[in-house]
Amino acid sequence: MTEEEVALAVKDIIQTVAPDEDVSNLDPALRLREQIDLDSMDFLDIVMELRKLYGVQVPEEDYKELATLGGCVRYLHPKLAGKSLHCATSA
Amino acid sequence: MVYDAIVIGAGMSGLAAALRLALHEKRVLVLEKHELWGGLNSFYTLRGRPFDVGLHALTNFVRPGTPQAKGAPLMRLLRALRIRHEELRLIEQDVSEIVFPGARLAFANDFALLESEVARLFPSQRDGFARLTQLMRAYQLNEERPPPPSARALLERHLSEPLLREMLLLPVLLYGSAREDDTDEQTFAILFRALFLEGLSRPAGGIRTILNLLIRRLKQAGVELRLSAGVQRVLVADGRVRGVVLESAEELAAPLVLSCAGRVETLALAGRPSAPADEGRLSFLESIWILDRPAHALGHRAATSFYSLEERCIYRRPAGLIDARTGVLSSGDNFGAARGPEGELRLTVPASHPAWRALTPEAYAAAKERCADEVAAAVVEAGVTADFRARRVFRDVFTPATIERFTGHRGGAVYGSPTKQLDGATGLDGLVLIGTDQGYLGVVGAMLSGVAMANRHGLAAHAAREALSG
Ligand SMILES: Cc1cc2nc3c(=O)[nH]c(=O)nc-3n(C[C@H](O)[C@H](O)[C@H](O)COP(=O)(O)OP(=O)(O)OC[C@H]3O[C@@H](n4cnc5c(N)ncnc54)[C@H](O)[C@@H]3O)c2cc1C
Repeated sequence: MTEEEVALAVKDIIQTVAPDEDVSNLDPALRLREQIDLDSMDFLDIVMELRKLYGVQVPEEDYKELATLGGCVRYLHPKLAGKSLHCATSA
Repeated sequence: MVYDAIVIGAGMSGLAAALRLALHEKRVLVLEKHELWGGLNSFYTLRGRPFDVGLHALTNFVRPGTPQAKGAPLMRLLRALRIRHEELRLIEQDVSEIVFPGARLAFANDFALLESEVARLFPSQRDGFARLTQLMRAYQLNEERPPPPSARALLERHLSEPLLREMLLLPVLLYGSAREDDTDEQTFAILFRALFLEGLSRPAGGIRTILNLLIRRLKQAGVELRLSAGVQRVLVADGRVRGVVLESAEELAAPLVLSCAGRVETLALAGRPSAPADEGRLSFLESIWILDRPAHALGHRAATSFYSLEERCIYRRPAGLIDARTGVLSSGDNFGAARGPEGELRLTVPASHPAWRALTPEAYAAAKERCADEVAAAVVEAGVTADFRARRVFRDVFTPATIERFTGHRGGAVYGSPTKQLDGATGLDGLVLIGTDQGYLGVVGAMLSGVAMANRHGLAAHAAREALSG
């Protein structure tokens, strides 16, 4: 996956977890929570979807890497290197 | 088979907790003592008609996509369980009311109605009510320290008119106070929002709609549900939970046990004592009347009427069998649903568990009929509703003893223990309270409780919270 695809994958997962939020204009540098209504429960769901869809295990101590969209891309890009983009909504 | 978690009780909180954990790929087993799921919110069939046990209305109604829906409890719950709003098939109320001697306040899912009613009946209280509302909207739930103990004191700070205070307090007490005659500020805030700022609805098809959906999802998610499987004991070693023993003596192992059996009941299963003050005292008599025509055909339009025949509301275990001076009158067919040619009214009043338990079987059966008559006469005479009694097709009545028998809650305590445990902790590692005694009441509340405790004790909610707030 390219970095753009990783960003797309993450946004798609956020959309599944939080269907009533608008994820199209997320600023990659800002905290996700400041831009959309996301709580710790949703966060757990995002981590779960990453595991289910892409087999990526995010250990608890790394949760902090996922606080922004940019952080997600940086952290996940190497882990998703050989994988292809799925659509969470249809999975 | 070793489970990640065992859930004691297929009440609304137990089912929600199990689903939440299973969506996160945990292996979950639900153990229910009865042949049916639902707990206080179960269902039965009588003379070919479907009945719900404990559903007047669902609180916390919000319409998806509206500003109120943002972050609202119902939306959070649906998100957590991956349920779409429309799957609940909710039908909104048109109007409900609070009826006191000489005063009637209407409210609906549009909060503006209650505001204008308060302004009309209590013009001098307008500003105070606006301040109170503001405070309730912004109220931050805090589980670190106990909330200020008295909702009455809160109301007195904002409203000088005693009748208005009583009128606002009554629905909150009747729909969720485990304490007599008052409740704490936090419970008041939760219910003020759930009832007035959000609103009431009913699923088409009643509680079965929600239960069927949950059961279907649980199956899909791989949860094992065992009925007629009462837990006799919770296994504890070195202060840690190891699993449970069933009434059949079968042993089952799990590192986490979530229980919706109640505080006192759960501690007893683990061989732990609890204080007498922890036992709930509040229970109800409910009579369900099937009428030969819808309630609105008799001029009764309210979905729910909270009533008090006294100017100061009375909410406590009565000295006799029941207290007919206060209660809820709920009409399922006034939730916009075309239920058919018949009507249904439910009348629920405070009742004393010890008084009902003291009766002989013959006296018990006769008392049920007598009390149901007394309650109906009281609401008709006080003008809460038109006289519906001659329109009766038939009637079913249940008592605190029925509630105890079918839910295992000691004393038939519908709202559980007056001591709530917001973090779910029991003092034993791995044994967690969910549902009523964790602190969230009602159908939506119980389910939220199950989800919140599953997140907290079964998933790494703590790390997630830190990651988000950094
Ligand atoms: C008459 C009445 C009217 C109500 N009206 C409304 C309403 O209109 N709106 C609303 O929102 N709420 C209403 N409620 C309240 C609502 O039903 C409850 O708040 C909610 O269902 C509580 O769910 P719970 O998960 O906490 O536990 P419960 O429903 O109490 O479930 C506990 C479960 O645990 C099981 N259990 C107990 N001990 C054991 C054991 N040892 N082993 C295995 N299983 C065990 C029980 O059999 C039961 O199924 C009403 C309740 C009643 C009684």
